[in-house]
Amino acid sequence: MVGRDNAAVHFDAVTKRFGDVVALNEVSLAIRRGEFMTLLGPSGCGKTTLLKLAAGFLGPDGGSIAIHGKCVNDVPTYKREIGMMFQNYALFPHMNVAENVAYGLKTRRVRRQERRQRVAEALALVKLTGMEDRKPRQLSGGQQQRVALARALVINPTVLLLDEPFSALDKNLRASMQAELREIQRKLGLTTIFVTHDQSEALSLSDRMAVMSEGRIRQLGTPVEVYRRPSDRFVASFVGDTNKLRGRLVGTAATDAFIALGTAQVKVPGEPLSGAADSAPVDVFVRPEQLRVVSAGEPCAMTGNVVAQVYQGGHVDLQIECKASGHDRLLVRSAGDQAVTRWPLGTEVGISIDADGCAAFPAE
Amino acid sequence: MTPRSTYQRMLGWGGQFAVILILGFLILPAAVVTIAAFNDKAILSFPPQAWSWHWFARALAYQDFRDGFRNGLIVTAWSSATALLVGAMFALVIDRYQFPFKRAIEGVLMSPLVIPHFTVGLGFLILSAQIGWSRSFAVVVACHVVLVLPFVLRSVYVSLKNLDQSYELAAASLGATPLRVLLTITLPLLLPGLVSGWLFAAILSFNEFTASLFVTSQRTQTLPVAMYNYVREFADPSMAALSVMYIVGTAALIAFANSFLGLGKVLSIEQSH
Repeated sequence: MVGRDNAAVHFDAVTKRFGDVVALNEVSLAIRRGEFMTLLGPSGCGKTTLLKLAAGFLGPDGGSIAIHGKCVNDVPTYKREIGMMFQNYALFPHMNVAENVAYGLKTRRVRRQERRQRVAEALALVKLTGMEDRKPRQLSGGQQQRVALARALVINPTVLLLDEPFSALDKNLRASMQAELREIQRKLGLTTIFVTHDQSEALSLSDRMAVMSEGRIRQLGTPVEVYRRPSDRFVASFVGDTNKLRGRLVGTAATDAFIALGTAQVKVPGEPLSGAADSAPVDVFVRPEQLRVVSAGEPCAMTGNVVAQVYQGGHVDLQIECKASGHDRLLVRSAGDQAVTRWPLGTEVGISIDADGCAAFPAE
Repeated sequence: MTPRSTYQRMLGWGGQFAVILILGFLILPAAVVTIAAFNDKAILSFPPQAWSWHWFARALAYQDFRDGFRNGLIVTAWSSATALLVGAMFALVIDRYQFPFKRAIEGVLMSPLVIPHFTVGLGFLILSAQIGWSRSFAVVVACHVVLVLPFVLRSVYVSLKNLDQSYELAAASLGATPLRVLLTITLPLLLPGLVSGWLFAAILSFNEFTASLFVTSQRTQTLPVAMYNYVREFADPSMAALSVMYIVGTAALIAFANSFLGLGKVLSIEQSH
């Protein structure tokens, strides 16, 4: 466990209210030095509030926030040594690129000569050398983002705070900017808190991620842990695509539980089902890539009809209407594009399920 | 191409005619005054029989008008500057902070909009007579500040509402103290709003008549008051000539400010290729 003193940022039972609304309810979170931590959740879950508390834009109503072991509850933003990137980048429109990047150095009274050198280095880091004299409005979205990053990095912040910085970029640019940001972050070993509502972004970028909902952290873990072993129904359905199937608990052994799904049996983590009676109904969350389409008549867990095909290039998403399942349509991901011709609409097919890697919770 | 029916064509002509009529109606008074200003005769008649620049020279030479112009400039400079300072500070406080009686304070600040100018003028007259200041510039300036404050307040307030607060937060995150944020981020980004608010205040103050009539004396009378006093005694086209200069001067000022504001936008916010 990361203690308060060696954590880069430590939230300890932090509560924040806006009027009667509890935005954060005793949230505790320790972020390690050099870690890329993602706060993921739907809008209104409190993730942005948590980031604003770290930045000092808001003060907590309860609990404490420490940066590098020092409580910052009463430290104003301008003394916190943070780098922040905003959703709209917030580049100062009346200053050119070089002036924007130099702003944080001027407030620190860095001398002119050194300032110029550090601005040049920061712009080189984000590959914007030669753009010094441009105004923000003359830059593309991706370039604006690079300036915002250079401006945040040039002051050597203790923590980098990112508020949905990729949401305004188109898909291709987003992917390359994400990769670039992550590379720079690794190279500098910079502790980073990243806020997003995009679960695929969270999965692909994070060292660890905190899934939030209704002012609480629902699960904290690596992307693989969160994706493979969601701690509750909310996490299971919010992170990644999933199918919800009705199954029946048939037994428990050590930390595992066994669920009957159609004619198949799957193994799931037992903890969420502790206390459930044998043969109790459970909801099983199955990822689309854990389902496989087989020809009707072959051994399978359940049968159904193909009702929709969505060609995605590298894979095909099939929607299968399943009579036996409590849930009507199942999403099945089939690699390659053979599925398009092999399972045309209306075909009766069988579905088999990987025995491992599902999650189950008591039925609602 | 779709053939247009006679009805549609009639409608189009009718619409154009209506627009021209409305536009003509708007500039009619100014046009009449302008033409009357060039009348050779010493009466305000229309249309003139013969033409002359004579009345422009007379208006420029008339001592009361010269004094009124100078007084007006003094009052306008002080009142618009004061209103800008006070209005901008109030706008900032009202926009940024929550405090008790906020709505009430806002209401008081905006109240000159609904209180008739003669009421404000009369109030200041009674007050100033009470403390023996009735002949001073200070009273005229104070009165004008009250009258133009709502306009400055509105103008700055709207600019503040449109100012994305993330600029200020970004500056704070980069280590800028609140004062530094105000000086290097907030004020430069508010500049267009501040300039237009000031300009509004200046024009209103320079043209203000009703309240000024109460609070000015012979020594402090502003141009509109001097014009009123003139027209009570004379009916020659000097007034019309002065009006023309008034219109041209104000239009020039607005055109200048517009290009300045436009320039400000290019310098600060809008893209320039």
